[in-house]
Amino acid sequence: MLFDLGATAVKLGIFLGILLGAIAPVMVWVERRGSALIQDRPGPNRLGPWGLLQPAADALKFFFKEDVTPSLADRPLYLAAPVLAVLPALTTFVFIPFGPTVEVAGRAVPLVVSDASAGVLLFLAIASLGVYSLVIAGYASNNKYSLIGGLRASAQLISYELAMTLAVVAVLIPVGSFRLTEVVAYQRELWTPFGMWNVVPQLVGFFIFMVAAFAETNRLPFDLPEAESELIAGFHTEYSAMRFAAFFMSEYIAMTTLSALAATLFFGGWSFFGLVEGAARTVAGWFGPFWLWMGLFGLGTLLLKTVCFLGLFVWVRWTFPRFRYDQLMRLGWKVLLPLALANVIVVAAATLAGWL
Amino acid sequence: MIEVAIFAIFAALALASALVVVLHRNPVYSTMSLVVTLISLAVLFVLLGAPFIAALQVLIYTGAIVVLFLFVVMLLNIGREEIGEQRGLVQKGAAVVGAGALLVIVGLSYMEGYGGAELAPLDEELVSLTGLAAELFGRYLLTFELVGLLLLVAVIAATVLAARERPAVPTVGRDLATAATLEPGEDGLVSERPDDEGDLAGSAGVAGGAG
Amino acid sequence: MVPIAWYLLLAALLFAIGTVGALTRRNGITIFLSIELMLNSVNLTLVSYSRLLDDRTGQLVVFFVLAVAAAEAAVGLALFIAVYRHRRTIDLDRVNLLRW
Repeated sequence: MLFDLGATAVKLGIFLGILLGAIAPVMVWVERRGSALIQDRPGPNRLGPWGLLQPAADALKFFFKEDVTPSLADRPLYLAAPVLAVLPALTTFVFIPFGPTVEVAGRAVPLVVSDASAGVLLFLAIASLGVYSLVIAGYASNNKYSLIGGLRASAQLISYELAMTLAVVAVLIPVGSFRLTEVVAYQRELWTPFGMWNVVPQLVGFFIFMVAAFAETNRLPFDLPEAESELIAGFHTEYSAMRFAAFFMSEYIAMTTLSALAATLFFGGWSFFGLVEGAARTVAGWFGPFWLWMGLFGLGTLLLKTVCFLGLFVWVRWTFPRFRYDQLMRLGWKVLLPLALANVIVVAAATLAGWL
Repeated sequence: MIEVAIFAIFAALALASALVVVLHRNPVYSTMSLVVTLISLAVLFVLLGAPFIAALQVLIYTGAIVVLFLFVVMLLNIGREEIGEQRGLVQKGAAVVGAGALLVIVGLSYMEGYGGAELAPLDEELVSLTGLAAELFGRYLLTFELVGLLLLVAVIAATVLAARERPAVPTVGRDLATAATLEPGEDGLVSERPDDEGDLAGSAGVAGGAG
Repeated sequence: MVPIAWYLLLAALLFAIGTVGALTRRNGITIFLSIELMLNSVNLTLVSYSRLLDDRTGQLVVFFVLAVAAAEAAVGLALFIAVYRHRRTIDLDRVNLLRW
């Protein structure tokens, strides 16, 4: 009992440490240098080599900026909105596995913080709670443009949630379980002795999932609700300093979480055609316990794939123009939803036929 | 032991936020308190061996239905209730007494029936998804399809009810020749639109007739 | 172990609170929220009985209640919007055109 608690605490600590300590600052830097690269300009290069200290400077700036609160804003809701943004983004990470079930000191420990039987469903459920921060931020700011931005953002989010959920359902049909550990195990045995990534049989589902993920995190080309040139800053217009930083961070963390989910659902998660486990066994043969190396290598592989997706997020942001709001809604309801439904039917038929 | 602690915390949270839902002046706060209540109830569902129902509750109820409530509250700019127009104390008292009587009757019957009953340990069958799916698509297939039909009807009904009224005749434009010869006051439209009174005028007329 | 009666009592309490809300408030949205509270208390009762009797039927009924509540919320809120357009108020004491 105590052992389980301790193991969970360690896993949780690793994840939170990586998310908050490593991903968030790195993403700031990647975003700014990446955008500069695409736009053929140098980007931040004054602070440290290649501008690597820029995120630290940004964090300092956020700490010292004046915290302005609109006088007529609804204070409790105004203060709660950034918290409501960060909580679901951080919580959803607990369902992503970074290794198989290993044996530690005689006990079987699954390398995932929460191996809930309704794993993916709970992931989607908690992720859907992110809508509230947008609406509440828009409402509490006592600013009609923020309100419109907030309402638009939440309408966009719940529209694309449907397509994303259906794409995930299509992935789960051949797997037969909601656990993400089983999704990875399924991919490790798919078609070849080394396994096959889910993206190959379910390319359409992957495409739908990625488009919906872009819309879910309010990233370009779907970022009209917070577009800089449209509604000033949309629902977070009235937020400054640390509160704005909270929204900022929650966006990056949500991106990271959805990237990790995409990597797990479609690209094999922590496994790489049997190489990761083989490498861990080899190294464990020399020194150190197997579970340590399995955890490290699995986590490393998962992070590598996540980082590739994050790079895709940045790349797409600075490449495409923005969708207009009615085009966005039309895409979500009239294109993605029927496509996702058809995808589910095709995948179900293929599963029945035994191909998947 | 831990189960009792979790139950106590989330039951208290559910009760407190339910009271806020019912008593608060501002509808936005009521809606957000409902979210807290629903999430607490989802935790209790997990304690009772229904993790899928809990996930569905959060996904559907808090993730979509209550968001819909929030939309409507903000769209219609529903303000706080005026203090002076509250219902009378007698009416409120009667409601509380009635609800209290219901509570006492139901509570007593529960305590008598299951007062000290110890629960059997949680059966894996109850929690499993495949069993739920087998029953849902087996015994309850007809109900499932009917509920789908109901949802379809609801979507159509909601779209029709909330749609804005469009003019019955399309506004045909004027051509340049007509426009050049307009007198002040004329608008030269080729076909007349039906007399569209507009909301305020219409409701004022109706209110005047009824009041 | 938590006796099942506590869950049932909590559900009954929530139902009572919802009833008071539905009977006492004037604001249409708050009445609607109280009704949703009552529906959720019924859900809790059903899941509790499902656990007590080790029968999955309770959970399935909750599934359907969830879907029906969604449908009802959609139509009800559309009605609110339609009423608001004509009467400019959600206060259910003022939407009384059929009263003599």
